[in-house]
Amino acid sequence: MMESDLRTHSRHRFRRFMRAGIVSLALSMLAIPFSLHAEYGDVVLNKRAEKAGVRPVIFPHWFHRIRFRCKVCHSELGFEMRAGANDVLMWDIVNGKFCGMCHNNQIAWGPENCDLCHSGKQGLESGIHGGDSTMGPGRW
Amino acid sequence: MLLFCWNIKDVKRYIVGRLPAVCIGLCIALSSLAAEPVPVASPHSNWVPLAQDGLHDPSNPRLDLLQNPAEALSLLPPDLEGNERSSVVGNRVKWVKALREGYINPRTNIYPETKIKVLDLDVMLTKRDTGELPRVLFPHKQHTEWLDCSNCHEWLFKSKTGATPISMFAILDGEYCGRCHGAVAFPLTQCQRCHSVPFAAQAPAKAQ
Repeated sequence: MMESDLRTHSRHRFRRFMRAGIVSLALSMLAIPFSLHAEYGDVVLNKRAEKAGVRPVIFPHWFHRIRFRCKVCHSELGFEMRAGANDVLMWDIVNGKFCGMCHNNQIAWGPENCDLCHSGKQGLESGIHGGDSTMGPGRW
Repeated sequence: MLLFCWNIKDVKRYIVGRLPAVCIGLCIALSSLAAEPVPVASPHSNWVPLAQDGLHDPSNPRLDLLQNPAEALSLLPPDLEGNERSSVVGNRVKWVKALREGYINPRTNIYPETKIKVLDLDVMLTKRDTGELPRVLFPHKQHTEWLDCSNCHEWLFKSKTGATPISMFAILDGEYCGRCHGAVAFPLTQCQRCHSVPFAAQAPAKAQ
């Protein structure tokens, strides 16, 4: 009688031990920081893209400023320094305006490479997706 | 279980009985974390790959052709607040330093006739009372290395000293300096980078 009691007791303890282990493992896995965020200065252009049946455009400032100074796009090419203030149409790009000034298969890839610019997830909101230190202009 | 045995002894036994299991669980979780491959081995290896940044569509078959931030940015001078590696400033890159020390040499123009002007002129902003904060010293040089005069003058900032009603409220709302700072240039959390001149040092500085 005593022996079987002891056995059930130790089995119970073992089960509790295992349960606690599994629960704490699961909890600590949950606590792993999943840092999902855009790079600082990434701009989403989705005024027309999704309505036209393509992915939103993601413009990475970091990538471009390694290769070009701000003034090339914001002075020579005429991009306003405000997300959403520029009406960038594919027609203009194909005709060498805005992005098409470089994205012409001479300086950078040409406009037929849709997926390289139209690379965003469905449903993204237009504007600056500023990474982790800021929410971008007008959002403070 | 804990609810039914509220006397201290039972609670103690409950906790002590589970302690080793909790420790083992935590150890397994931590070791699995440590075993995960880190994208880039650098002092600041915390850029998020494009496929996981919440913006790019991971199902895009050509996503692999795009450069990941860590590939390029890990090679540039790091921008970390103080010495804490966990804290993050913008792209984690000191862009002005990267340019000045030749880490990068971005193109200045596309049209051959475009004139490049770099102006070496510091302006002390004294019109507004900055309260307890140090005064702002605006360096033209760092700005004109990246930007054209027309990017700021005359529409956003008047050349005439004191003529532009700059305020932190407007800046935080994305106007004036906030057009770039807080969006692409270093973020507005870095107060001391602009508010850099302590009151004691103000007397000999150039007036706005």
